[in-house]
Amino acid sequence: MRTNTPSDHRIEIAGVTKRFTTPEGTVFTALQDVTMTIEPGQFCAVVGPSGCGKSTTLTMVAGLDTASEGSVTVGGSPVSGISRGTSFMFQHDALLPWKTVLGNVAMGPLFHGTAKKTALADAREWLRVVGLAGFENHHPHQLSGGMRKRVALATALINEPRILLMDEPFGALDVQTKAIMSNELLTLWDQSRPSVIFVTHDLEEAIALADKVVVMSAGPGTVKEVFDIDLPRPRGSVQEIRFGERFGELHEQIWETLRDEVTRAYAQTAGAGPDPEGAAA
Amino acid sequence: MTTQVSAQAAPAAGTRPRGPRRRVTRRRMLVLAAQAATFIVIFGGWQLAAQAKIVDPFFFGEPSAIVSKLISWFAQGTPYGSLGTEIWVTLQEALLGFLFGVAGGVVLGVLLGQFRFLADVAGPYIKAANALPRIVLGSIFVVWLGLGTPSKVMLAAVLVFFVVFFNAFQGVREVDGNLIANVRVLGASRIQVIRNVILPSAMTWIIASLHVAFGFAVIGAIVGEFLGAQQGLGLMISQAQGQLDANGVFAAMLVIAVIALAAEWLIGLLERRLLAWRPQSRAESPQAA
Repeated sequence: MRTNTPSDHRIEIAGVTKRFTTPEGTVFTALQDVTMTIEPGQFCAVVGPSGCGKSTTLTMVAGLDTASEGSVTVGGSPVSGISRGTSFMFQHDALLPWKTVLGNVAMGPLFHGTAKKTALADAREWLRVVGLAGFENHHPHQLSGGMRKRVALATALINEPRILLMDEPFGALDVQTKAIMSNELLTLWDQSRPSVIFVTHDLEEAIALADKVVVMSAGPGTVKEVFDIDLPRPRGSVQEIRFGERFGELHEQIWETLRDEVTRAYAQTAGAGPDPEGAAA
Repeated sequence: MTTQVSAQAAPAAGTRPRGPRRRVTRRRMLVLAAQAATFIVIFGGWQLAAQAKIVDPFFFGEPSAIVSKLISWFAQGTPYGSLGTEIWVTLQEALLGFLFGVAGGVVLGVLLGQFRFLADVAGPYIKAANALPRIVLGSIFVVWLGLGTPSKVMLAAVLVFFVVFFNAFQGVREVDGNLIANVRVLGASRIQVIRNVILPSAMTWIIASLHVAFGFAVIGAIVGEFLGAQQGLGLMISQAQGQLDANGVFAAMLVIAVIALAAEWLIGLLERRLLAWRPQSRAESPQAA
């Protein structure tokens, strides 16, 4: 595994506004003047009600989309298109169903021109790391939800990212599997320490994993407040950390802020019928 | 976790208890018997009705005469050459038309599916062309390309093209945007995205269209021969029609049906090979899309 020089992967999102034009020709603002900085090697969780532009923020850092105003820079240079050091783990399974598990994991290196033999050997090694040795020739549909997430994790990490973007990666998993995956994510993250933006709607998950929790508010999406999580690392089991006293305090403090947002967003969607914010989430 | 999944992935065949298997076998025998009975009722009834002059065998033919017609074609050849040659001529036209039509349909479908601007520009023209009764194009092709193979290939290709094109186009449009975003972030170039995501994903749609498309290829070849030819099964049918030879028409139809069934079987094999990655339950229904 490559060791990164720590200074080259700070993420700076400065005054970013994102507007979308709907097919009917109206403009809707998904993000309004969003500013946040993720230090090199920092694990940052983003929470907020649906429609607050969490996912939109990620796609812009990934270079899949561009900001209408403001700038997104990674390691000092502005993001223009997809760059090699960034990996993205999607909310829904993004594994190719027609490729085997091994073929899926080997994609990254192959796309970057690595020789097939080396790429496959790397992929095998990564499957071993995420505990899936022996499943190389299975197809994704033959695996359980948790195992598919492991494959997705290996697929993202094999590219040795400096930036790891995760969009509710464990959202669809049951509570136990989610806890196991969270622990493994922390272990793997600790080995290469990429900068992480982890979008979630689960506040406990955010506090258990992150160094910093950003609370966003909806309509249009803005940063409401940023909380530093001063729980010591290594965190140990995410199931147990949530019974700690400091965890409780942080949870209460952040939930205070988040609750208002969630209630407000809910009132908007429930009262105003179908609104564009909800549709974009 | 490991054991749980390997058990799930292990093939279930062979461990099945005996009772259900016997029931499955019995059901299959029952279906076969019912199919045989249907055959006997229809063709036996036809034969009896023709012999009893309830239906006029001159206009409606009779199974026994159709069989003897086929035998004489096999043994002594047809008025236009041996039966094998006639079949080969038609088959060649259908196959070439099929290949050109599929290739054109896939290429243009993927292209227009990829480039929205092209699709918006070409859309109305393709819709208009599709609305034409394309069979009559056969006449133009005979005028342009003569009585030989090329005019039939052209007609078959045009018929096949539209079926495959619309499926390929739709298939490309239906590709999960998530999958594309994922491989793009992993570093795939545009060509790699097409090769790794768009084509395999659209393949489900394209293959489903091949079943219908081969039928159209045969129609194109036969109708082309109807409109003007010196050889082929279509010519045999139109000549038989001219001589009011009902048995000849039916016999040629039978030959065509056998060809179409064989092609269907081959396409089924291809489908199972290319789409082997799909979950079992879906792979078993060949025309899911």
